[in-house]
Amino acid sequence: MTWSDWSWVLPEAFSTFSDDVDLIYYVILWVTGIIFVITEGVLIYFLVKYRHKEGRKATYDHGSTKLEIVWTTATLVVCLALGIVSKGVWDTMKIDVPEGAMEIIVTAQQFEWHVTYPGPDGAFGTADDFEVLNQIHAPVDEPVWIHLRATDVLHSLFLPEMRVKQDAVPGRDIPVWFEATATGEYTVGCAELCGIGHTTMNGTLTIHTAADFQAWATAQAQRPRP
Amino acid sequence: MSTTEKDIASAVDAGGQHDHHEIPWIRKYVFATDHKMIAKQFMFVSLFFLVVGGALAGMMRFQLGFPGQPMPGAGILPDAMMAPTPDGAIMLPEFYNSLVTMHGTIMIFFAIMPLLVGLFGNLLIPLQIGAEDMAFPRLNMASFWLAVPAGMLMLASFAVEGGAAGAGWTSYAPLSTSGEWTGVYLGQQLWLVSLTILGFSSLVGAVNYITTVINMRAPGMTWFRIPLATWSLFVTAVLVLLAIPILAGALIMLLFDQTIGTGFFRSDVGGEPLLWQHLFWFFGHPEVYILILPAMGITSEVLSNRARKPIFGYHSMVLALISIGFLGWIVWGHHMFQSGMNPLLGTSFMISTMAIAVPSAIKTFNWLGTLWKADIHLDVPMLHALSFVSMFIIGGLSGIFMASTPVDIYIHDTYFIVAHLHYVLFGGSLFAIFAGITYWFPKMFGRMMNEPLGKVHFVLTFIFYNLVFFPMHNLGLQGMMRRIYDFTQYDFLQPLQPMNQFITLFAFALITTQVLFVINFFWSISKGEKAGNNPWHSNTLEWTVPSPPPHGNFAQMPTVFRGPYEYSSPESDDDFLPQTTPPRDGPGPSSGVPEPTPTPEGAEA
Repeated sequence: MTWSDWSWVLPEAFSTFSDDVDLIYYVILWVTGIIFVITEGVLIYFLVKYRHKEGRKATYDHGSTKLEIVWTTATLVVCLALGIVSKGVWDTMKIDVPEGAMEIIVTAQQFEWHVTYPGPDGAFGTADDFEVLNQIHAPVDEPVWIHLRATDVLHSLFLPEMRVKQDAVPGRDIPVWFEATATGEYTVGCAELCGIGHTTMNGTLTIHTAADFQAWATAQAQRPRP
Repeated sequence: MSTTEKDIASAVDAGGQHDHHEIPWIRKYVFATDHKMIAKQFMFVSLFFLVVGGALAGMMRFQLGFPGQPMPGAGILPDAMMAPTPDGAIMLPEFYNSLVTMHGTIMIFFAIMPLLVGLFGNLLIPLQIGAEDMAFPRLNMASFWLAVPAGMLMLASFAVEGGAAGAGWTSYAPLSTSGEWTGVYLGQQLWLVSLTILGFSSLVGAVNYITTVINMRAPGMTWFRIPLATWSLFVTAVLVLLAIPILAGALIMLLFDQTIGTGFFRSDVGGEPLLWQHLFWFFGHPEVYILILPAMGITSEVLSNRARKPIFGYHSMVLALISIGFLGWIVWGHHMFQSGMNPLLGTSFMISTMAIAVPSAIKTFNWLGTLWKADIHLDVPMLHALSFVSMFIIGGLSGIFMASTPVDIYIHDTYFIVAHLHYVLFGGSLFAIFAGITYWFPKMFGRMMNEPLGKVHFVLTFIFYNLVFFPMHNLGLQGMMRRIYDFTQYDFLQPLQPMNQFITLFAFALITTQVLFVINFFWSISKGEKAGNNPWHSNTLEWTVPSPPPHGNFAQMPTVFRGPYEYSSPESDDDFLPQTTPPRDGPGPSSGVPEPTPTPEGAEA
């Protein structure tokens, strides 16, 4: 265990919206951190300063309406502000799938991820579709639109380095999108208890250069089908 | 005359001693109708379940700290739970899923809830408002005796084929709809039946508490002279009354899906998995306030008393309790941000969730205000109550992260959430329970708990507790998911193994430390320093009667002249001024005593 295990710095992320999410996290960290230091500090200070001493009586005081109004308003303003700044990023991540994103289907089932590509014709349900297991491949700097499905129980597609998480619900087709900003191999995980094999639903997210992705996709499309 | 009228009359005539007819042993200790005995019954049974819940957590932590290692002593467990190997018994994933499920279920429903609501609700409500018992003593008995078979079914579920429920304490569908998905069959059904029965136990209790507080307050006990412990239990009872039926409905629907082929939550037959989540969390969010409000009430009592100072902002504190109770109904979707529910709802639930932070913050500021310029006695109940405040601050602040929908995308279903919930439920509720048990122990048993031993238990618990749960924030931020049998299957989580081991070792220390509380508790019942009526020099009505109080509580109907927090008042030579002490200038128009609350005819002395 190292000191960095105790750090509240987030692990690096590599998508177009990850900086925005992480910024909100850091804002909240600072705000709550300051409140933490002040409130706990005041608590400890009072415990030391006002601990029982012979001959000293407590002050007979019932409170202050003015103070109540001040700290209620201040708390409400801070909380609502944090909510308001969060809304835009949430809408971007969950609602505003970009035009022209590359579409793939990810179907979760006990205990694997089936990832379906439309193949060279770009349409699903045709003979050139191909499927890979527990791997998602995508090109860098291009938005990817995942149609997230499940066949049996709830699962949850978790791409931590992309700051993506979305429950997969049987009977639904839920849009999940991201645009990776760096090539590399990343994590695919399941973040919703899905049964005995929940712990084994790990996979790989591979972000290729545009050329490498083309090569990979072409090779996959030409693979003999089972 | 009705039973209640007879009780009042004979309590008054016989000076509070109900000894003109001896109650048989079985009616006094087993099928008891006296609220104080029922409170103790809830306490003993719940403390037992607290130990069971802790043991389950210990086993979970073993697997997380030493993934796939043989667990010492586990050879006695059946092969269905632990796979036998030449080196010893290794936990199976199916058993791990059951442990996760049952730890949460038992702690929430069979430990924290019955301790806060069953023990303190029963013990405090009649005494603090000046009543001789609950409005419906026999219904009260039923409340306890419904909880017992519920508990037995829950424990029995470990022994059936397929083991105990394994779909999480939240039992999400479709996983929970069939053993085909979980490997658990009868165990999942026993879980549902057990909780449905327990729901009835809670419901009848809520009816009793609400009726008692509204109808049985002594003369002068106006709403704004009710102590905050009772206020918190009253608001809690309203939440129980309205939320539990929804849980019961959902449980029964799920039971039908499991057994008779309905498809409420099964998409393969046209049902909707998300419906389970909506129903569960519509109950589930008020439920978490049920788990914290009484703890807040207890904290207010102990803090004010041990600081010898009026509660800062009593009216605001009441308003905050009511606000939390009310707002708690419109935030449930924050448990479902990533569920697939319409993202537009994410924003609306985020706003309401941010709003509910406000009344909790107000209460925290008021507790700090109570300590300001106070005369603070740092004895054991106070230490636990101060822990409530300081740990609740952490739990509350961590909630802000998950209230923000985009941040929640990353931390949902990770150990950051586990850290948050344990800071509010253990750091909050359980420390308040320790405070309350230590504080009201003399009223229950006529003896004090041992102070030095209590301090050792407190210090060790506080330190170990923080070493176990604070690092879980970090585990979550690094991406470690919840309910995961072997996180080392994920390359990116392997570096977290040392921290998991660290947590596990201190979890074992934390669990072991609780032995000190058990020893203190049982030793003090017979050997503790004898306590008089009012060892804490408190103002509330329960401290005006003997420790323990006789059947019927009050020899004469008390009259209340003031609020419950008149500590260090200039009107008193002492640093406390009980609610029932007549003012120096005699009761008159200035004392503000309204007409007595109407009692059944012929009974008023």
